[in-house]
Amino acid sequence: MDLSAINPILFVAGFLVAATPLIFAALGELVVEKSGTLNLGVEGMMITGAICGFATAVETGSPLLGFAAAAVGGALLSLLFAFLTQIALANQVASGLALTLFGLGLSALLGQSYVGIKPPRLPDINFGPLADIPVIGPILFTHDIILYLGVALVAGVWATLKFTRAGLILRAVGESHDAAHALGYKVVRIRTLAIMFGGACAGLGGAYISLIRVPQWTEGMTAGVGWIALALVVFASWKPWRLLLGAYLFGGITQLQLNLQGAGVAIPVEYLAMSPYLITIIVLVILSRDKSAAPACLGRTFHASS
Amino acid sequence: MIRLEKRPQPSRAFSLATPVLAVLATMFFGGLLFAALGKDPFIAIKTIFWDPLFGEFAFFYRPQLLIKGAPLVLIAIGLSLGFKAGIWNIGAEGQYIMGALFGAGMGLAFYPAEGFYIFPLMVLAGAFGGWIWAMIPALLKVRFGTNEILVSLMLVYVAEQFLASMSLGLLKNPEGFGFPGSRNLQQYAPAHNADLIAGTGMHWGVVAAMIAVIFAYVLLTKHRLGFAIRVTGEAPRAARFSGVNPTRLVLFCLGTSGLLAGLAGMFEISGPAGQVTIDFNVGYGFTAIIVAFLGRLHPIGILLAGLLMALTYIGGDIAQSKLGLPAAAIQVFQGMLLFFLLALDVLTNYRLRMGRTEVA
Repeated sequence: MDLSAINPILFVAGFLVAATPLIFAALGELVVEKSGTLNLGVEGMMITGAICGFATAVETGSPLLGFAAAAVGGALLSLLFAFLTQIALANQVASGLALTLFGLGLSALLGQSYVGIKPPRLPDINFGPLADIPVIGPILFTHDIILYLGVALVAGVWATLKFTRAGLILRAVGESHDAAHALGYKVVRIRTLAIMFGGACAGLGGAYISLIRVPQWTEGMTAGVGWIALALVVFASWKPWRLLLGAYLFGGITQLQLNLQGAGVAIPVEYLAMSPYLITIIVLVILSRDKSAAPACLGRTFHASS
Repeated sequence: MIRLEKRPQPSRAFSLATPVLAVLATMFFGGLLFAALGKDPFIAIKTIFWDPLFGEFAFFYRPQLLIKGAPLVLIAIGLSLGFKAGIWNIGAEGQYIMGALFGAGMGLAFYPAEGFYIFPLMVLAGAFGGWIWAMIPALLKVRFGTNEILVSLMLVYVAEQFLASMSLGLLKNPEGFGFPGSRNLQQYAPAHNADLIAGTGMHWGVVAAMIAVIFAYVLLTKHRLGFAIRVTGEAPRAARFSGVNPTRLVLFCLGTSGLLAGLAGMFEISGPAGQVTIDFNVGYGFTAIIVAFLGRLHPIGILLAGLLMALTYIGGDIAQSKLGLPAAAIQVFQGMLLFFLLALDVLTNYRLRMGRTEVA
């Protein structure tokens, strides 16, 4: 075992990359849950976004178009969930599971001819002299635009929820859909928009895995990141900045575990690979005592007549 | 303008009709999907639903129906108890893997001893493996209020890694020339879950599935615990007033579903699969979720839904080899089925009304 083989600067830069898919997926789900809907289909939307983004990037040669396609793909798939839960008033847990099962199948079908291809690379932003600052430069200023977009999106969602009228309405719908309905807000429409935003974010997160983090396409490559994102929303008690912190924590664990595998630690690879999932469980246990932060209408079906 | 009006009572007719309608809708849209993939939709649907039962080689495929149906029914019966009560175990795949590992581990520990007691011990070990894996989310839920959906699902990934570690390490065949995977239990008679009547696919897992169906039916219709499960699902507040103990219910529902999933894994590994390998699990734990819903969370319904889903697996395999239909297409097909079921279910609880909404 040789721990000195782990370069701390590369490690930190690496975990920023590892955290980005989680930031996107969890942030989207945070907005969905703030509107009072529980969408368990994050994993399905992520993997669909991953293949939509990958295929588009390979066909057009433009990674940015790939990301756009991933957002569209994720949002389209989430419309299925919106239809089931908002129009057909189906159970949200079951519908979310259906979305995940369907998304995993659909992505495998779409991705058949893309196995083993390398996607075009999204270039890092050129920060000029900033990147040459020792330590901070390589950590903060050697990334692609999507990574920065993720952080900016956290700030955007935080500000929107806290300071704008739209954010207030969204939170009102999530806390009491009956009261919001009585005030004349279109509960179903607002929730559908939130679900689509969640789908687009999950799609972006998925594409970040297939286009930048890995970068290639394999079936089921999101490997539970969507589910960890769901846990992350609970971890963050529905607060955007805590979500960012949580994502970096999980990104750090994932990256550390990969680095330890590379450094040849005496612990078998399989047990290291278990660690992100086990830590998710432990974190859930520690934080699940306080449920007061959850939106009051989370997971409840809304029908105007009742 | 179409609007929905809540029925005072869920419609019994639609409750029975929606699964059938969902299957028909899936056949139609699945056909469109197959057509989009460049296959003749009519031949594809016939290959999936007709050929395994009545085609030229049906004698070969019919036993498969039991082999693939048994684990699905066994797992789905357990899941349905929890789903009815709003307790969501979606980590059955992990419990299935752990049951298989515990069962196979017990059998391999005796190798090469002979004895009638080996197989029963493996059954117990398999049930225990699934049960203990499901007790993790159960205990965390009752003790700390942790969400059982996320914990049970995380444990699937943990179980998969554990399976990889076992098939490459502890349970690896010492005479396997370094290849991953355990000894083949099919070649170790006391641990082999062989067909009870040769060539029928009727192994002990099928017997266990039948017993589970009967057991669940009696439990839900005649027993106090079944009443507690139904009341908790339909009116949690009323359940609390009627003296239902939610802690015991969580432990029972998650424990039973884990136990049955563990049994399914054990019967699979000692019979049809035979060997502990990295990827012996093929997602029965997830497909069983579809089976449970398609069967309306009712034991008899689950039996029929399990057989239907087994049919799509077998038919899918045939379509894959004969028509070159990708395996993923069948996965999409199965996912579609759950979608249509959930969407059409609105008709059970609501009435469609035409005409303009009056302004109050």
